[in-house]
Amino acid sequence: MSTLTPASTDTAEVVVPRSPLNPTYLRLDVRRVLRNRRTLIFTIVMPVVFYVIFGVGQEDAASRAYVMISLGVYGAMVAATSVGASVAVERASGWSRQLRLTPLRPATYVVTKVLAAATIALLPVAVEFLVGAVSGARMPAQAWVLGGVVAWLGSLVFAALGLAVGYLLPSENAMQVLGAAMSVLAVLGGLFVPLFLFPHLLQQIAQFTPAYGVGLLARYPLTHDGSVLGGVVNVVAWAVVFSVAAALLFRRDTQRV
Amino acid sequence: MDTTTAAPTAGRLRTSVPAAAGTVPALHLAGVTKHFGAVQAVDGIDLVVQPGEVVAFLGPNGAGKTTTIDMVLGLSQPSSGELSVCGTTPRGAVANGWVSAVMQSGGLLKDLSVAETVELTASLFARTQPVDVVLQRAGIADIADRRVAKCSGGQQQRLRFAMALLPDPRLLVLDEPTTGMDVEGRRAFWAAIRDDARRGRTVLFATHYLEEADAYADRIVLVAGGRVVADGTAAEIKARSAGRTVRATLPGVRLSDLAAMPGVDELDVHGETVLVQAHDSDAVARWLLTRTSARDLEVTSRGLEDAFISLTSTPSTDEVTR
Repeated sequence: MSTLTPASTDTAEVVVPRSPLNPTYLRLDVRRVLRNRRTLIFTIVMPVVFYVIFGVGQEDAASRAYVMISLGVYGAMVAATSVGASVAVERASGWSRQLRLTPLRPATYVVTKVLAAATIALLPVAVEFLVGAVSGARMPAQAWVLGGVVAWLGSLVFAALGLAVGYLLPSENAMQVLGAAMSVLAVLGGLFVPLFLFPHLLQQIAQFTPAYGVGLLARYPLTHDGSVLGGVVNVVAWAVVFSVAAALLFRRDTQRV
Repeated sequence: MDTTTAAPTAGRLRTSVPAAAGTVPALHLAGVTKHFGAVQAVDGIDLVVQPGEVVAFLGPNGAGKTTTIDMVLGLSQPSSGELSVCGTTPRGAVANGWVSAVMQSGGLLKDLSVAETVELTASLFARTQPVDVVLQRAGIADIADRRVAKCSGGQQQRLRFAMALLPDPRLLVLDEPTTGMDVEGRRAFWAAIRDDARRGRTVLFATHYLEEADAYADRIVLVAGGRVVADGTAAEIKARSAGRTVRATLPGVRLSDLAAMPGVDELDVHGETVLVQAHDSDAVARWLLTRTSARDLEVTSRGLEDAFISLTSTPSTDEVTR
């Protein structure tokens, strides 16, 4: 039937290529996380409580700083992971499907999530360092700056982990699975207890876990202990692994609808 | 034959009318099918919706309504057939803001407020109507600051409607929009939709509520088993199954006893009950009362609901259709 070919006179497409940065979405997404009391407890309150219990009691100021940095890294990695994993909730609630009824490009969505994770991850580091500063943690100025920046940006590796798990698991369970996993990774990364207290074999294994590199690098300006190269390799390797996993699972998800 | 071929049935005239010169149909489906594994969810749908029409996509659950709507919105791909929205692909129409949709449920973030949700959605489009305007049109300006989690089902649905209005779409698609709403919410929702449709927007809504289709649509497309079984105004569809139903009790009846009955369209025998769809109910009643021992005879006229049932149900084995 010839009449079935639609007249193609009216197809002046007005698809405007937009930058993957959407400040409105970023602002509202960050606001949503800040409204989530549960996330704030796990990312900000808990690390501070741990610091008060395990850090403040340390005899010297540098040891307090050591605990402070480690727990700052922990808070930032939990924050980044939970923001990444929020895609699981958004898929379950049909929000992702709703977004497919808009011109939003998938890249914009992912960029927004990573930037939101970065924004939120800054909070636990800042709060932890503030509490440390007023409660007697002392270290050289550059260790405050470098340690803080590394703890913050290094934790973004975990935003990719969160995204991957968020696209893998079908529902709100994602964060529960990740909550437990975070604690295990924090222990193996030496964020709760210094690794030299572990048996030798466990120390060897721990070096290959994802929180190890970030922790080592964040503390390095203070301790000058451990291999910087090893830490960098660890962070980069896990960043690649988690990003590739997130990208593959993301692609699977968008194809399936 | 040089002119358009006549539609096979009275109610389907519209689908075979070619688009007026220069107008692009808001929606065009030709032989669209969709199967999931062995399940044929949509089994060859032909449908043309012209700009400005308000069309009800009516059918029982499982008729293929939602599957069809998903394809119209580009959320899934047809297994075969052609589909265009405003003269382009579904994804193209979505990207241009020419089509938008109010889905049945989900699709909202509980921890945002009503206004924030609309603001966020607006930020995803290149060009939209102002947030205040769509909130007003959807009748939720007064609850702009309320968290989505605290909104009733009807309020959430009007929020989805406000979001759908943002790009000022040519075609608005509603998938069972009032499911689970109370009467008041349903009325308020349809009032908002009707106000909007008056401005000339094309609306396609799926529903299994007959009253909604009858009250709000210019045209009803009746689907069953993944196919269009009738297409026309409510009046046309009622006319398709015009006539009356005659019911009588006749012990020991066999179908063959009734072969000589005049005025019959359709005849059913269930045990002792004879059920006749008749274009001449007087003749049927007279024949039954004079030629047989029928008793408890009833004559009822048929409405849209009967049309709906008779057009969407599959023929049973003991049914004789003349």
